[in-house]
Amino acid sequence: MKSKLIAATLGALALGAMATSAMADGHAKVGACLITKTDTNPFFVKMKEGATAKAEELGIELKSYAGKIDGDSESQVAAIETCIADGAKGILLTASDTKGIVPAVKQARDAGILVIALDTPLEPIDSADATFATDNFLAGELIGKWAAATLGDEAANAKIAMLDLAVSQPSVGVLRDQGFLTGFGIDVKDVGKWGDEDDPRIVGNEVTAGNEEGGRTAMENLLTKDPTINVVYTINEPAAAGAYEALKAVGRENDVLIVSVDGGCPGVQNVKDGVIGATSQQYPLLMASLGIEAIAAFAKDGTKPQPTEGKDFFDTGVALVTDKPADGVESIDTTKGTELCWG
Amino acid sequence: MAKDDDYESVLSSSATEVASFETSNRSLLNRIQHILHSNPAAVPLIVLVTSVIVFGLLLGSKFFSPFALTLILQQTAIVGIVGAAQTLVILTAGIDLSVGAVMVLSSVVMGQFTFRYGLPPELAIMCGFACGALMGFISGVLVAIVRLPPFIVTLGMWQIVLATNFLYSANETIRSQDIEANAPILQFFGEKIVIGGAVFTYGVIALILLVALLHYVLNHTAWGRHVYAIGDDPDAAELSGVQVKKTLISVYVIAGMICALAGWALIGRIGSVSPTAGQEANIESITAVVIGGISLFGGRGSILGMLFGALIVGVFSLGLRLFGADPQWTYLLIGLLIICAVAVDQWIRKVSS
Repeated sequence: MKSKLIAATLGALALGAMATSAMADGHAKVGACLITKTDTNPFFVKMKEGATAKAEELGIELKSYAGKIDGDSESQVAAIETCIADGAKGILLTASDTKGIVPAVKQARDAGILVIALDTPLEPIDSADATFATDNFLAGELIGKWAAATLGDEAANAKIAMLDLAVSQPSVGVLRDQGFLTGFGIDVKDVGKWGDEDDPRIVGNEVTAGNEEGGRTAMENLLTKDPTINVVYTINEPAAAGAYEALKAVGRENDVLIVSVDGGCPGVQNVKDGVIGATSQQYPLLMASLGIEAIAAFAKDGTKPQPTEGKDFFDTGVALVTDKPADGVESIDTTKGTELCWG
Repeated sequence: MAKDDDYESVLSSSATEVASFETSNRSLLNRIQHILHSNPAAVPLIVLVTSVIVFGLLLGSKFFSPFALTLILQQTAIVGIVGAAQTLVILTAGIDLSVGAVMVLSSVVMGQFTFRYGLPPELAIMCGFACGALMGFISGVLVAIVRLPPFIVTLGMWQIVLATNFLYSANETIRSQDIEANAPILQFFGEKIVIGGAVFTYGVIALILLVALLHYVLNHTAWGRHVYAIGDDPDAAELSGVQVKKTLISVYVIAGMICALAGWALIGRIGSVSPTAGQEANIESITAVVIGGISLFGGRGSILGMLFGALIVGVFSLGLRLFGADPQWTYLLIGLLIICAVAVDQWIRKVSS
């Protein structure tokens, strides 16, 4: 990893030297920034890899910044300010605080910088020039449809546990949750928030912080509420792994359907082992490399990336990974999923 | 004789008996204050029992079942073990913000040494304990010998250990299934004993044994009394022949090793080795200690109180969730409990002053 980074930096430097010497007017090389929530989550590590490789290929000087922990917005604001001072042409940002970061983003755009939100849309979404993201609602819908199709007629009597992200209801968690319920065929009431549904099939919503520990505790709490739960929606695969441990502790691991979203390598492996029934896989590497291409195009002639038709963001795709395909839901198997997985 | 000089006449109305301790005409409140002062774990125990009864009445058998009650124990096990480490440090009038980070790093060492380097898991576990002890030793030396404030030392160690954890592990999770197949001993504390509906994981049993052991050590050994003495007044302790520096370092080393034990128990609890787990264990453990009536000024409190404090948080969390309340209410009530606990502590302290 480190040697790769050094190689990339050296490569970028060499390219930079060539580029500057080629340009008679001494035009500076195009600068870009990548600002992620943290630099520890494999999702962002993969994103950084994708961006670094693409930047090297296009001769863009990429600087990476990250918050210390998920939710650390101050570091991200400071990073944006640094990029403005640095004269960067473009910023790729996965915001920790989707509303709070907007003034800093505006400042950058006023300075003539192209700001692209990766993975997490800002609020409002048009605060950024463009958004390259997974369609999280669709990701949820796919696993919802798959769960309903797998249960067949039993779907009418399902007992569903909803393992969400956080009480603050960040948009990614809401979209996946509401997408799942829509796919399953449940009336979601207000699509802007989870927890307002009154369908008796939903046992309850619990928050997991998106990790194993939270997943286990949340599952235990819901099982105490209703031990007959047979469908578990989880915000991501670590939460799903935690939920599985809780189910295993009461001997229910084989008769409960767990679905999730992410497509990380351990998650896909868990699908293969039957821990998770199906997961919706997203593609962070693609998000980042497309983002760098967009910055290169913007620097060249000022073109801005256009959103996918019919959506307010550029959809980087999502695929359902399962080894038990269900009728009417398109999916890929775990072998293909392993090839495409991240982290 | 001028009326101004008549000092003697008032004597008849003053107390005539010999000076003595007030025992008879003490108010009920005073007596309670005195009882609580001599039994520091009494307040949290009363709160714990009351809250179990109240939630039991509100929720019926859903809450008041062996399954749900032992579930609270399981959910409290990790915080409780970390809280034991925190108790030791706080009794010396210190504080340890790095406990959660040390726990996670130790669990990562246990996992990665097994899976990355192929060490036998038993040896990897020993390495995990050594890692915890080393982290504690560094903090201990900085506090005892370099004489930096514990808050600052452990604030720094927290960041250092957490960053080490992420750099070393590359934030890779080791999956539960791989551990089960190759190194089941890492999940030792996830094993359980089922009695009727009650489920006791080895993690829960470890917590209870650990607290019982420390309760004995703190109250009935020289080392334990020295820990209290240092927390109460380090200079007086030094003058009475306590080896303050050595004892302080040993407290941090033992706290580090207890954190490593928590790290091992954590693997049993969540099945996998996850570098992102336990992020809030430091705050949760301090919460348990404070609600447990252990004085943050050191030298006073019982480790049993910490256990009750951790259980109170567990009872409120599960009870309120079963009641269908928004999770934020749990945090709100826990916040209130913390402030009440410290207020009660201050009030009880007055008895001795």
